[in-house]
Amino acid sequence: MKEQDWQAKARQLGLGPERLLHMYRQMRRIRHFEEEVDKLFQAGRIWGTFHLYIGEEASAVGAIEALAPDDYITSTHRGHGHGIAKGASIPKMMAELRGKETGYCRGRGGSMHIADVAAGNLGANGIVGGGIPIATGAALACKKLGLGRVVMCFFGDGALAQGSFHEAVNFASVFRLPVVYVCENNQYAMSMPVEKGLGNPDIEARARAYGLPGVSVDGNDVLAVYEAARKAVDRARAGEGPTLIETRTYRWRGHSKSDANRYRTREEIEEWKARCPIRRLEERLIAAGILSPAEAERIGEDIKAEIQAAIEFAEEQPEPDVAQLADGVYA
Amino acid sequence: MREITYAQAVREALAEEMRRDPRVFLLGEDIGVYGGAFGVTLGLVEEFGEDRVMDTPLSEAAIIGAAVGAAVVGMRPVAEVQFSDFLTIGADQLVNQAAKMRYMFGGKAEVPMVVRTPAGSGTGAAAQHSQSLETWFMHIPGLKVVAPATPHDAKGLLKAAIRDNNPVVVFEHKLLYKTKGPVPEDEYTVPIGKAAVRREGRDVTVVATSVMVPRSLQAAERLADEGISAEVIDLRSLRPLDAETVIASVCKTGRAVVVHEANKFAGFGGEIVGTIVESEAFDFLDAPVLRLAGKDVPIPYNPRLEKAAVPQEDDIVEACRRLMRESRRVRVGGMA
Repeated sequence: MKEQDWQAKARQLGLGPERLLHMYRQMRRIRHFEEEVDKLFQAGRIWGTFHLYIGEEASAVGAIEALAPDDYITSTHRGHGHGIAKGASIPKMMAELRGKETGYCRGRGGSMHIADVAAGNLGANGIVGGGIPIATGAALACKKLGLGRVVMCFFGDGALAQGSFHEAVNFASVFRLPVVYVCENNQYAMSMPVEKGLGNPDIEARARAYGLPGVSVDGNDVLAVYEAARKAVDRARAGEGPTLIETRTYRWRGHSKSDANRYRTREEIEEWKARCPIRRLEERLIAAGILSPAEAERIGEDIKAEIQAAIEFAEEQPEPDVAQLADGVYA
Repeated sequence: MREITYAQAVREALAEEMRRDPRVFLLGEDIGVYGGAFGVTLGLVEEFGEDRVMDTPLSEAAIIGAAVGAAVVGMRPVAEVQFSDFLTIGADQLVNQAAKMRYMFGGKAEVPMVVRTPAGSGTGAAAQHSQSLETWFMHIPGLKVVAPATPHDAKGLLKAAIRDNNPVVVFEHKLLYKTKGPVPEDEYTVPIGKAAVRREGRDVTVVATSVMVPRSLQAAERLADEGISAEVIDLRSLRPLDAETVIASVCKTGRAVVVHEANKFAGFGGEIVGTIVESEAFDFLDAPVLRLAGKDVPIPYNPRLEKAAVPQEDDIVEACRRLMRESRRVRVGGMA
């Protein structure tokens, strides 16, 4: 897309400089958060496992930017980006990753279960496809309660092979629920490439089969993601039912910390890194005169300081009390 | 007091709770005009409309999952799973999602939902439509599990389940749907976690659930003719379990038999036995504690085989007689 066309597109979508800069900042916050999480793990300060969102930032940020603050999301095992884009507190996320009492889940959930129900994040999920029926039910409740809210349901290409996807999407289609399904196609279900794992990778055909609109967009182009999400969210809010969106993207890092990248080549990874969603947006913003290189650097410094402060905050937080092990099993 | 059937009692509970609370709604397969596979929801769609009595596609994961999502956002859904065997198809949503959401979110979510489901054998429906899978779900922290045996409890426990702020699985028994019993017309609930002593006795405690309760009561009647006084406890709630009532009874009688329809191996009979022998009741035992349970086979089709696969009245009578005989041996041995 030519620079003038890009600017015209942003204007047409109602995205002024402030919101574009906000999206840029959010993408960078996600990137830096994930890089620091990785370092903390290497340093032995984070326990368990996690799944990094590096390389996919435009998908979460572009899609969630189309939501109103009180709309809901459901997220996945690779959920840090969705949480941050939905407005999560980075110190509370960091505290959760450290297993601390003041983390989002009081240290009971960890990376795969970060949730903030009150703020509209119905949770990351350790089960591939597990959040799809839940998002569908939340959309059912939004409709029944007349809340005018929309649910955005994130899942990966691997979840397209789960039965829960089929059941829930058909269910939402039957009842015309206000839900937007966002399939983040990062090319691999752990090590299984999409072309091997799906009989028909054509998302539009798949959506058609359920009687709903489907659209596939460049998931590293935040504007393209926003445009598709905006349309789907408007449609859902207008009572016209669900949409299936595919954001084509790529995870730069391994599936989880245990991944030796045996199933893909270094060249392939480098090729996708060259399509970095953050750099693309940054170049556009600089060309449009919305951002200067100096400002970009300052934003980077601010984010670094913010995340450093979150790391220090998390460090100082108390551990959960073993005497409260059984708290919260039942209401 | 007026008498109504167990199915009518369930229907009344659903209707009353929907009238009382606009957040309550039903979803499930063929629960609308068809009335559900066992006719339990017959007539409800006429009063409450299709929005509150939702006929869904045949999608157990979506039914249970939609209930989870709707509950966490503020509704109080009551899902019907047409046969309890089908819980296995939607189990992720119940076991990994509904049960754990509150805990893994640090106590910051509530999942007030009910899954009602018909369980048990005796209808010739064979291996995939006759199981008693309650133990599977009893094993999951975060779920509550109840199994009413009477029309009174079918209504009262379901109402309590709908008002509970946790996911509750209600196992209804197919053979009980047509049984009649007294049900007050006035508002009431039956608290979850409280067993009922259905018949008092001195000699042996029979701990039963669901359809095994009426069978145990009939057995107790026959035992009384032989001079054996059986106390029959209806657990009603499986999780949480009313251990106190069971322990107090065994302290009194010194003998216990647990009766359930689900097969024996790794079944909840073992849990009840453990509860007894770990408690002060151990010191009062005059005989081994028995488990009388389903045979370890899939439920067969042939009616003679089907009957033989789960405890019947005769088996309960015989188990109690055996306990009386064996405890006599213990006493003789002790004197020698």
